[in-house]
Amino acid sequence: MIIINLLGLLLIGLIVWWFWLYKGPTANLESGEITINVDDGVYQPSHIRVPAGQSTRLNFVRRDPSPCASVVVFEDFDVSEELPLGKSKTLELEPMKPGRYPFTCQMQMYRGELIVEEKS
Amino acid sequence: MNKQESRIASRELLIEGAGCASCVGKIETALQQVPGVERASMNFAQRTVNVSGEVSDQALVEAVEAAGYGARVTSSKDNGDLLSEKEKADEAYYKRLMREMMVALGLGVPLMLYSLVVGEMTVTTTFERVAWLVVGLLTLGVMLFAGRHFYIGAWKSFINHSANMDTLIALGTGTAWLYSMVVVLAPEAVPLMARHVYFEATAMIIGLINLGLALEIRARGRTSEAIKRLIGLQAKTARVERDDQEVDIPIEEVLEGDRVRVRPGEKIPVDGVVVEGHSTVDESMLTGEPMPVEKAEGDTLVGGTINKSGSVLFRATRVGKDTALARIISMVKQAQNSKPPIGRLADVISAYFVPAIMIIAVISALAWLNFGPEPAIAFAIVSATTVLIIACPCALGLATPMSVMVGVGKAAEAGVLIRNGEALQSASKITAMILDKTGTITEGAPQVTDILVVGERSESDVLALAASLEQGSEHPLAVSIVESAKKQGLELGKAEGFNAIAGHGVEGNVDGQALLFGNEKLMRDRDVTIDAQIGQAQAMAAKAQTPMYLAVNGRLVALIAVSDPIKQDSVAAIKRLQKDGIRVVMLTGDNRDTAKAVAEQVGIKEFFAEVLPEQKSDKVAELQQQGETVGMTGDGINDAPALALANVGFAIGTGTDVAIESADVTLMRGSLHGLADAIAISRATLRNIRQNLFGAFIYNAAGVPVAAGLLYPFFGMLLSPVIAGAAMAFSSLTVVTNANRLRLFKPQEH
Repeated sequence: MIIINLLGLLLIGLIVWWFWLYKGPTANLESGEITINVDDGVYQPSHIRVPAGQSTRLNFVRRDPSPCASVVVFEDFDVSEELPLGKSKTLELEPMKPGRYPFTCQMQMYRGELIVEEKS
Repeated sequence: MNKQESRIASRELLIEGAGCASCVGKIETALQQVPGVERASMNFAQRTVNVSGEVSDQALVEAVEAAGYGARVTSSKDNGDLLSEKEKADEAYYKRLMREMMVALGLGVPLMLYSLVVGEMTVTTTFERVAWLVVGLLTLGVMLFAGRHFYIGAWKSFINHSANMDTLIALGTGTAWLYSMVVVLAPEAVPLMARHVYFEATAMIIGLINLGLALEIRARGRTSEAIKRLIGLQAKTARVERDDQEVDIPIEEVLEGDRVRVRPGEKIPVDGVVVEGHSTVDESMLTGEPMPVEKAEGDTLVGGTINKSGSVLFRATRVGKDTALARIISMVKQAQNSKPPIGRLADVISAYFVPAIMIIAVISALAWLNFGPEPAIAFAIVSATTVLIIACPCALGLATPMSVMVGVGKAAEAGVLIRNGEALQSASKITAMILDKTGTITEGAPQVTDILVVGERSESDVLALAASLEQGSEHPLAVSIVESAKKQGLELGKAEGFNAIAGHGVEGNVDGQALLFGNEKLMRDRDVTIDAQIGQAQAMAAKAQTPMYLAVNGRLVALIAVSDPIKQDSVAAIKRLQKDGIRVVMLTGDNRDTAKAVAEQVGIKEFFAEVLPEQKSDKVAELQQQGETVGMTGDGINDAPALALANVGFAIGTGTDVAIESADVTLMRGSLHGLADAIAISRATLRNIRQNLFGAFIYNAAGVPVAAGLLYPFFGMLLSPVIAGAAMAFSSLTVVTNANRLRLFKPQEH
């Protein structure tokens, strides 16, 4: 029983680490532009590094027919755009200050993040 | 202007790659250098350039590309096409979900009936093992066919370190299936009492959740009915004069300056100005104004409205994406997708929701294993599965956007354009409303109210004389005199030697008579005796009227009073606002006496008089300092700073020619009832959002502990995973349905 309890606690620890603490791989913006696929419940890539003070073009390509995927929201910029199914939708963002700016579907189930950093 | 020149094509280019404001000049210059382009102006915020001139699309795109950017021409069809594509995609997805639901329930329902009839689905004999193995494999088939999207979604989000609804469903159904397979394949690994299979739970949950999703898609479709109705207002074709013939052409080909014919009963295709004919037009679909509006030469027409009685010819002034209707559609769509601050807490919760539920499921399983009765392992599996399945992050996430979608659409149907979710929420909290007098409470168009004749002539004679003289003037008072004479069907003479004397009045000859028309000072300057009428003129002034003297050949013949009448429904609408508990305050540049007279007439107790345009915002600040949430209503022309400072700025438009860009809320019709409607709808929407959020919170807060087995020690009750699946499937549907209830909301009848 002790082993089972320990396994349970370990599982909780793993959940906390995997979903909340782990900083996963990030994609870099190339020449101010990146394509984000919206498919099977996720944005791919979902964590994107963006240099500060540069305008950014995000091309969203939605392949997921779920209605949840149909709108992408950038709460910090007051941007919400409808994504047509099977087509590319380009979103242009003004140059941003350093910081982390999440983007989500309306229900916050699809999650991504722009990580804006000073140019090194 | 000859016909060739008047044919100016206006189109919109969507610019790609314009990242800074300095690009604007570069792109505009590049386009202006293209031969044939007459005008190019860029909207940086929307990344669009409006180009007019006789030039091919190709040349424009090439010019932009040569300047280092990308471009494509947008068409007015974009809105409609996009919507029908969305509908098609939704329909296909609906059918797929229904098909998958049928398959899953096709297995799940017989299995569940079996368990109800036979009791526990245990595995004891070899025959049972073989039979359940077959059922297990069938369930796997259902999972792969009908639940594939949950498992793929769950896996993809897992490797992306995120978790969503798919994760919960996949884990819940997967756990139930895996446990059952262990029971079937290696029964000795499980205590005898715990050798149950839960294949029916897996199949039923997948079926029910697919059903819930499918119904949700249908219900969601209804939330966008308002925008569909607006898009449906766009005409498909227009009858345009080309080479002296009237031809029907697709609406996208109508050019600015085209002469367009509209017959009775037809839709007006684009915005324009009447050049010939007379008719009445039903504008209710855009402004919410139920009475048809008279239209004659020089009046503006709005695309999407319906021509009722006569045939009119009009000149197109705005086409494609520039029309009032197209701009309204794009603004409503934008607002429908925005979120009011009230939804923020739910968003924060949603972000942590799924992993938190997974942790609760593990804790619940451990608690059963440690403290539960035998078979503890079976209880642990059931409770963990049920916790995973019952939790519904979607209901939380859907609560706000669905209501906003319906509320903003509902407002648009009533002729109220709400800029975004924040404006919607602020409007629901307004405690004080400042109303600008001119153009808001009053018509904003002066009219002749009194004619006092001195001598033998009739009222219509003197009005006809004054109007004949004033025909050449553009002064608002002059316009009111001419309008009044035209309304009475008076025949106007020709004015000669017309001369406007600034600040005084006008002079000229009509039918050989020397006329003078103006204020007291003009009369005194020209030695016209007016002493007997001074008292009457002062009495008119005290009633907020402007008195004007008319003299013929040096002798006074009449005193004509002009005033700005109060809109006929202002009194009722102001009463509605006051009944809603709103402190109504009037603001005007007029003197105290006039302000007092108007305020009394409309039933307003508080007013600010003699306020200069630049002082209007101070008054807004003054009320805010008193702790009020202030709404400011004006025509948006000289009160922009006050509208901006107010918690919510309402621009009241006459007809649809409104400054849509400026205010938080735009009232399409001139009536103040629109204001009361706006507040009523915003309050109803916020109430609906609160109900949804409350429902979603309570559902999760109560459902999860019950699923974990909290009631078991007291009542011996443990929720079945199938019930949890049904509850979860219908919780988000309930939220969407409640939001749809808003569609039935009717602002209090006027």
